[in-house]
Amino acid sequence: MRALSKMVKIETKLFLRDSATVTFGVLFPTGLLLGLGAIPTLRESSPETGGLRSIDVWAPTALVFGMVMIAVQHVPTVIATYRERGILRRLSTTPAHPRNVLLAQMIVAFASVVVAAALMIFLAWAVLDIAPPERPLEFVVAFVVGYAALLGLGMVTAAMARTSSAANQIGTVMFVALMFFGGAFLPRVLMPDVLREVGEFIPPGLQALTAAWSAEAGEITATAGGQAFWLQIAIMAGVAMITSAIAAKRFRWE
Amino acid sequence: MTALEVRNLHKRYGPHVAVDDVSFTVEAGEIFGIIGPNGAGKTTTVESIAGLRTPDSGSISVLGLDPIKDRAEVRERLGVQLQESSFPDAITVAEALELYSSFYRNPADWRELMELLRLTEKRNTRYKALSGGQKQRLSIALALVGNPSVAILDELTTGLDPQARRDTWSLIERVRGTGVTILLVTHFMDEAERLSDRIAVIDGGRVAAVDTPAGLIAQSTAVQQVRFRVSRPLDESVLTELPDVTEVEITDGRWLVTGGGSLLTSVAGALARAQVVAEDLRIDQRNLDDAFVALTGRAAESPEPSESSID
Repeated sequence: MRALSKMVKIETKLFLRDSATVTFGVLFPTGLLLGLGAIPTLRESSPETGGLRSIDVWAPTALVFGMVMIAVQHVPTVIATYRERGILRRLSTTPAHPRNVLLAQMIVAFASVVVAAALMIFLAWAVLDIAPPERPLEFVVAFVVGYAALLGLGMVTAAMARTSSAANQIGTVMFVALMFFGGAFLPRVLMPDVLREVGEFIPPGLQALTAAWSAEAGEITATAGGQAFWLQIAIMAGVAMITSAIAAKRFRWE
Repeated sequence: MTALEVRNLHKRYGPHVAVDDVSFTVEAGEIFGIIGPNGAGKTTTVESIAGLRTPDSGSISVLGLDPIKDRAEVRERLGVQLQESSFPDAITVAEALELYSSFYRNPADWRELMELLRLTEKRNTRYKALSGGQKQRLSIALALVGNPSVAILDELTTGLDPQARRDTWSLIERVRGTGVTILLVTHFMDEAERLSDRIAVIDGGRVAAVDTPAGLIAQSTAVQQVRFRVSRPLDESVLTELPDVTEVEITDGRWLVTGGGSLLTSVAGALARAQVVAEDLRIDQRNLDDAFVALTGRAAESPEPSESSID
């Protein structure tokens, strides 16, 4: 426990020294939302969307940006670097099990997205008047389970990529794919139903997050054939478990 | 007391035999050197001792424990400085020491260790910004931070400049003073000769010889040579009749005397009796390099790039 808490402390410092990740993973989502919020048309409420503004519907996507960035790009690259450079190997000759390194990474990664989310929800509310999540409990559950699913995907990359550059490339492809379904390139409202439904199976489960944040926004992005909220959560939990099991089985220390 | 025992270690990677048959014993408090040409199996041997590789056959005992079966206990008591290991770029010297010391039951005082390795003024410097010598010193400090009974130091001074190498050596001598048993793997003959109490020469996955540095040198130097000029003419027979002398050559007034046993003493005595003064006297000083060549048939060479990347 002492080793783990020390490791979390040091990994936190290392995370904070990685300015690119702090900027893009933690600060950028809020900046992006505020930037888009500065565009007047995106702040106009439209009768088609029941009085909601584009920015209200799009806010969860900005949050997902940071979650995906840290879970599928940052964490796997750090772990692959540790493997490539013999850092894991060196640790495996000490009484501290390298498993603690992974655990510490996940704890730091989780804490950083919690900070990113809190910052964004607060500033979205203070600056853009976007109401905080309406159903806080559901939102927390959707956030935690959705993030676990994302991190599971990231850990599969971390387990199998032999080099940091391989991890980075896989991470980038995953980032683009996940963000596509997350509506970063084309708002989900404009997507055909089939893509929106596929999106319910893709971590971190944006539909569930959107619905928990704002029921009205959730109705707009949902499809007729969509899954119920708790079913979506169950799907994400399943993804998290399957990916973690694969990662644990395929993990290479060297 | 035996600190380390390796018996008939055998390890292969597919068809490639990395270690064929290696046995040696290291007593507590000793500095035991392992030398050998590239690909001789040195790194595989120490990786097996560290529990990073599972031997195909043979046995290893570290303080009476098995590195695989008693993994947890061995890791508490064995400090390792590995080739090809590293630390995160952004971690500082003090953070790395503090972190590693938290892994052990009875760690050494990492601040003291930082002082001993002259890293205190670099305590807040990030790993990436350290010089080669500083990185190496940190790596040694981290190998010792758990208060180990046995420490493995693999290619201790590779990549260091001559001054840093000598500094590192005196450091190891200081560490020896604390009673730690050290297994030193090196391809530098001068390093092995200076630091080791005993040395194992490994060649082709087997132990070619185990002896003290002086013993190894003596083994390989049955033949000695003495060169000098004489102060006044002297008959060759004065020396050729000595039992230790096998050959005398005189070219342009320079004498070259070849023989064995206590050649120098015999020659000096004979010259003194003949009241001849030897000028420009030189003895061919053999060193571990010669012993190494004699034992392995090749010169000790440049650092091993990556013996362990065979897998």
